[in-house]
Parts: sequence; structure tokens; C-alpha cells
Amino acid sequence: MTMASSSYLRMENVSKTFGRAQALSNVSLDVRLGEIHALMGENGAGKSTLMKILSGAYLPDANSAIYIDQKRVWISGPHAAQALGISIIYQELSLAPNLTVAENIYLGREISRSRFVSRSAMEEGARNILKRLNANFGPRDKVGQLSIAERQLVEIARALNFKCRILVMDEPTTTLSERETDKLFQLMRQLRSDGMAIVYISHRMNEVYELADRVSVLRDGTYVGTLDRSDMVPETVVRMMVGRDVSSFYKKGHSPEGEMGTVAVRVQGVGDGRRVHECSFDVHRGEVLGIAGLVGAGRTELARLVCGADRRASGTIELDGRRIDIRSPLDAQRSGIAYLTEDRKQLGLFLDMSVSENLNLDVIERDSKFGFLNRIAARRRSRKATELLSIKAASSDVAVGSLSGGNQQKVLLARLLETNPRFLILDEPTRGVDIGAKSEIYKLIDDLAKSGIAIVVISSELPEIVGICDRVIVMRGGRIAGSLKGPEITQENIMEIATSA
Amino acid sequence: MGMLPVLILIALLFQVLSSYAETGESLWTAGRFLTVGNLSIVAQQASINTVLAAGMTFVILTGGIDLSVGSILAASAMSALLVSLMPGFEHLGLPASLLVGLVLGAMNGALIAFAKLPPFIVTLGSMTAVRGFARFLGSDNTVFNSDLTFAFIGNGSLFGVPWLMIIALATVLVSWVILRRTVLGVRIYAVGGNADAARLSGIKVWWVLLFVYGVSGLLAGLGGAMSAARLYAANGLQLGQSYELDAIAAVILGGTSFVGGVGSIWGTLIGAMIIAVLSNGLILTGVSDIWQFIIKGFVIIGAVALDRYRVAGART
Repeated sequence: MTMASSSYLRMENVSKTFGRAQALSNVSLDVRLGEIHALMGENGAGKSTLMKILSGAYLPDANSAIYIDQKRVWISGPHAAQALGISIIYQELSLAPNLTVAENIYLGREISRSRFVSRSAMEEGARNILKRLNANFGPRDKVGQLSIAERQLVEIARALNFKCRILVMDEPTTTLSERETDKLFQLMRQLRSDGMAIVYISHRMNEVYELADRVSVLRDGTYVGTLDRSDMVPETVVRMMVGRDVSSFYKKGHSPEGEMGTVAVRVQGVGDGRRVHECSFDVHRGEVLGIAGLVGAGRTELARLVCGADRRASGTIELDGRRIDIRSPLDAQRSGIAYLTEDRKQLGLFLDMSVSENLNLDVIERDSKFGFLNRIAARRRSRKATELLSIKAASSDVAVGSLSGGNQQKVLLARLLETNPRFLILDEPTRGVDIGAKSEIYKLIDDLAKSGIAIVVISSELPEIVGICDRVIVMRGGRIAGSLKGPEITQENIMEIATSA
Repeated sequence: MGMLPVLILIALLFQVLSSYAETGESLWTAGRFLTVGNLSIVAQQASINTVLAAGMTFVILTGGIDLSVGSILAASAMSALLVSLMPGFEHLGLPASLLVGLVLGAMNGALIAFAKLPPFIVTLGSMTAVRGFARFLGSDNTVFNSDLTFAFIGNGSLFGVPWLMIIALATVLVSWVILRRTVLGVRIYAVGGNADAARLSGIKVWWVLLFVYGVSGLLAGLGGAMSAARLYAANGLQLGQSYELDAIAAVILGGTSFVGGVGSIWGTLIGAMIIAVLSNGLILTGVSDIWQFIIKGFVIIGAVALDRYRVAGART
């Protein structure tokens, strides 16, 4: 165990500035061989930036220092990182699905004999590594036909093939089933006892407690501290991550009873026949209903069925007592349903278009005369919305893509609100948003509820669900597995329903 | 201002070079490029490509491509001439040309919007098929009509301004109004910028696609009428060959993004002018036909590379 006591990777005073924004300031991290080191922090705390510096995707600022095995190193790019034995497995796996497992493992460093690729040598090498990992697929299988968990194995195999000593895993379990997660953890423990240094990024507390030898916490781009296994207590870690008492962060101004009794939305038996089955729930006017569940439980899929983004195979939707026939997002919009997507860049915003154009997009037709834009109304709307949501932009003519995540989210929210929805579905409303914007969004949700709008909030962040919702339904395997209200809404109760088999 | 400086630079260069080709000396005043007569020729030469490129701008703004405009132009011109030769229908040549263009373009649009086929493949197919259709219309012969009722748009002028120029500028102006001042215009940019988000926000993406390919076809039909009027004739095999490439080049030179969502119709006008100036200027300076091709190709690549470099520099 002498190996484990001294640090192998040491990052000191690592800073990174983008333009005027400081993403990291003087962050330290110290990882030993033969340990699993968890890296925690809220979204936007700087975990990914730090790891991108380690992998050579970003260059750190000048005064930053990185030591590997006591020697100062300069990671100038992905190749330099590889040469130093650093491998990163991102959430979005970086494999070529059209190639075989062996070709992927050897990608970029193919074995060649007299200038021709030697498939047999590569397959032989791949077979040996896969055996070490207990993989139940072969080197000739196409990666496109493997499951997500199996693809992760291919990535790990590739890392081992690079003779990697430092393995970074960025939220590897978010898309895995429980059994696959167990298998992955087993493998990680095996790699640890082989003497590898593993940096493990996760939002899931229970996984970190189960697996990690130490945990380091980042907050708002700064290093907060490192805890040994013996000091790892949930309350301590959360306090380090949030930096203040969590309870004051969420304020509920609307009465939880609301106008209870007046059901605004009644969803009955909705399903798509594949990933969502027989889901029924009510939302009252002025109520915030949370939908919790693990990733892949079908929350987003359910929301997309309700708002017409996907075709539903069964079920009915009533709004204010009237049954409505929703076949497209346009139908939903016309009936007063607005859906905030969880993926604002891919599915929500028009990044090349201006703030004003984005804000007005849903209502330009309503404002127009004979198809011509009403530019006065557009300007008025965008001025009002920027003020109301305190959107920070140089002007309303700059492209939305140039704004920060929090301001982008506010623009998208404002666009939906321009349609005067009666029913609002917010899917991960604070994903990738900084702390300040987060509390503003919570305040906005609270105000909207006060004004009588029925609101559904889908979130993977349990404190958020507990903090802002009046009632919670929990999904599991595409079905509604249970519901909680009032004091029953605790992280433990939600997790119990979400994970119990 | 995009490519305007490049256009001006090329024009000034040709003024000097044309003088050199004529007199052996680089005299500004002896240049033959910047004369009213020559510039009018350039504008007329640019007019048909400008009309096609305007339609192409709509299509490329949605992230698509229309390879069939040259063939549609040929088929429309053939239809215009054939109709104008029918006794009693002499005046319907121009409308026939526009109608054929619109219908063929809408067929492209329907395949792309409803059958969800890739635009490149749909229009590659229709480029070939419509070319065959154009030859079929005239039984593979050239069709003449010396009494073409709408011949004035190819040869006449209004208050001294050639009709070809008026039509091209009007097309650009109307395109600008649609793109920048109407709800539909915003939606065209939205579909090109993010088609998924556009659908989720309630935009009828199918209608936008149908519209842009319909417009591209309609303007190809207009281009067909312009060619027919100029020549009093049309040939299904030769007319409009590789016009689609000049139209695409004009749009790209104008700074419109190939992936959609970014660009302007003014840029396209300047792009079309650059191409016409190059063709005309190289002839004036006595460059051989072979070298004209080579130089044009390099200028297109070079100008876009320059623009990328400039934009990238401005961002950091």
C-alpha cells in the first residue's frame, strides 16, 4: 500500500478563463494510484472544465501547474494526454459505431505490417483485453450493435490498450440499468486494485459513498476541499457543494393548497406502447407537480407525449374540463400547453438568431398583419421580457448562442411565457444554469404558480424537487410508481420509490 | 459587409487589366471594364443567375440544396416556347413557364417535406429526370419562335434600364421582404437554424420546406422565361446546363451558411455579381476559355476562405 499513500496526479492552481468569464480559479486536485477519487460539484461548478484541461481539450491559464509522478508536465493536447497515460470516458461515448470493437480499441494507433493494417493482430490484442474485462462480446462485433454498457467497456478497453494509468469517468452510470451499474462498479474496483488512479464524476451521492476512497468538491469554479472516506457524511458534502444552507435556497410563496380542487389538467392512461405505459395524473391550478425518477424512467418521454412532440398510442388529455386532441406541438401550443425542453441547445433555441427573434418566435403570427412582422410589438415584447426575467444580454439583437447558459434558459422560458400558457411543463428547468439564475428561475416558477398556472417540473436534482414542488409523482420503468405530497416529499422517499424493483 | 470589398477589388483590377490587354499599358482611363455599356452587359449577364440564386438562397437557408434548377429552367423555357406556338395561346408562354417551374419545385418540396428524403438526393434525381423531360418536350430538337410575345423581357428596356435587370432586382427585393419582414421569413431561418426546435415550437416545418422548394422552382421558371425571351429559342439538352452550380456558388460567395440558418439575400446579389464580373472581365482581358474556368474556381474557393478567416478573426 505504499503506492497509494503518495499522490500520482497533482493539479495545482489550475485556472481557466474564457474571454472575461473565469471558469476555474486556482483549483487543486490530488489523485493517488490505486484509489477511486470522486469529483463532485453542482452543474457549472467546473468539473468538466477541469477534466477537459486534464485531457488536453483545453489549455489552462499560465500559472497552472500539473504534476504526474512528481514531474511537472504540460498537457498541450489530446495526444500529449494520451502519452502521459490519461484517458477520459465522457458521458457521450466517442466511438465509431460503424467500426468493429477491435478497430475502435485500436483507433488512431492501428497495428500495421508493411503499411497494411493487420486485422488479425488487432483482433488478438483486443480479445486479450476484453477477456480481462469479462466482456461477453467479441472483437469483431460492430460497436453500433452493442448496448450502452457494452460500449463503455469498449472505451475502457481502449484506455487499457493505451497503457493508461489515470482514468477519468464522467457520469458513467446515468444511462445504465442497476445491474449494469453493479457490473461497472465491480470492474472499477478491479482496476483500482490493479493500481490505476480513477477519477469518478457523479451526481449520485449513494454511488459516491459506495465506491469512492476520497471525494473532492468544486463550487463555482473554485476548490472547496477533499474528504477522506471516514469524513464522508452526506450533509457535509452537500454543504460543501452548495455553500449555504439548502433550505433557504428554495422559497415557496404560493400556497401549497393553491386553488386545490380545481383540476386544470387531467392526463389519463397516456402511453406510447414502448417506453411509457398507462400514465395518469392531475395537475391543479396554481400547483407545482414534480415528476421524479431515474434517468430513463420515461419522464421526458411522458412530457413529450402530453405536449404533442411524439405520437401517443393511448390515453386522453383534458384541460380545464375539456378533452383536447393533441397531435402536434402546434395543437398543444394552441390549447395553452407549453413545454420547456431539457435540451435547450438541440431542441429549444435558435442559437444563430437574435434574442428578440427567439423571444417572439411563438407569437409573431399572432402579432402579424397579413403575414408581415409587427416589429414594434416585437421590440416591446422583448424589452418587457428581458426586464421581467432580468436577461443579461448586450442588446436584444445579439445571437442567443453568445449568452450564458442561465440567460439562454431564461430566453427560452420567456418565449414560452409569451404564449400565455395555462399549463406549463418544465423539463430540467435549471440544467446547466448557474446558482444565481437558478434561484431566479425558482422564484419565477413560484410567481407563475401564484398567478394560477398549472405547472409540472421534471427534475433529476432531488433537492430541487423537494424544494419547489407541492406534490410529486415518481416514475419507474415508464410507469408512475407512486406519489408523495406535503411532508412525505423527501429525497429518501423519492429514491425509494424510484429504485425499488 | 461581406463580399462587397472583394467585388469592388475585382472590378478595379479588371479596369486596369483590360487596359493592359488593349494598349499594353496599365492605364486607368483606357480600361474598358468600368464603362456604362460594359456594366450594363455585366448586369444582364448576372440577371438570370441572380434570379436562380435568389431561389437557391431560400433553399440553402433551410439547410437544403436544389440541384435541379438548371433542368427546371430548361423545361420551363421549352414549355414557354411550345405554348407560345399554339394558336390562340400565344400570350400564355410566360405564365406557362412560371407554372411548370412552380409545379416541378413543389414536387421536389413534397418529396423532401413528406417523404423525408434528403434534399441532395431528391434534387439530384429530379435534375436528371427533368432534363430528360425538357428534351422530351421538344422531341430533342431546338424550338424557335421569332414572334415571342414576351420577348421584350429579354431584349427590351424600361426608361433605358434593361428588363432583365429590373426583373433580377425586383426578385431580390421581394425575396428580402419575405425573408426579413414576414412571419414566413423568420420561420425559414428558424427551420434552417434548428429544425427540431422549430417543430417543437409549433412551426409547420413541412410548409416551410414546400414553400422554399416551390419558390426555387418558380424562380427557375422565371429564369427559363428570361432565357427563352433572350434567345427566341430553347433547347432541352443545352439550356441551363450547370446553372445550378453558378447559383450555389453565388449563394455561398454571398456568405450564406451551407448548414442553414445564417445568410442574406444581399450577399447572394453580390455573389452573383462577382461571378458575372469574373466571366466578363476575363473575356475583356483576353484570357482563354480554359483559364477562365480555372481562375473562376480558385476565386470562389479563395473568396470564401478569406471570408471564413475574417469572421473567425472577428470572433476571438
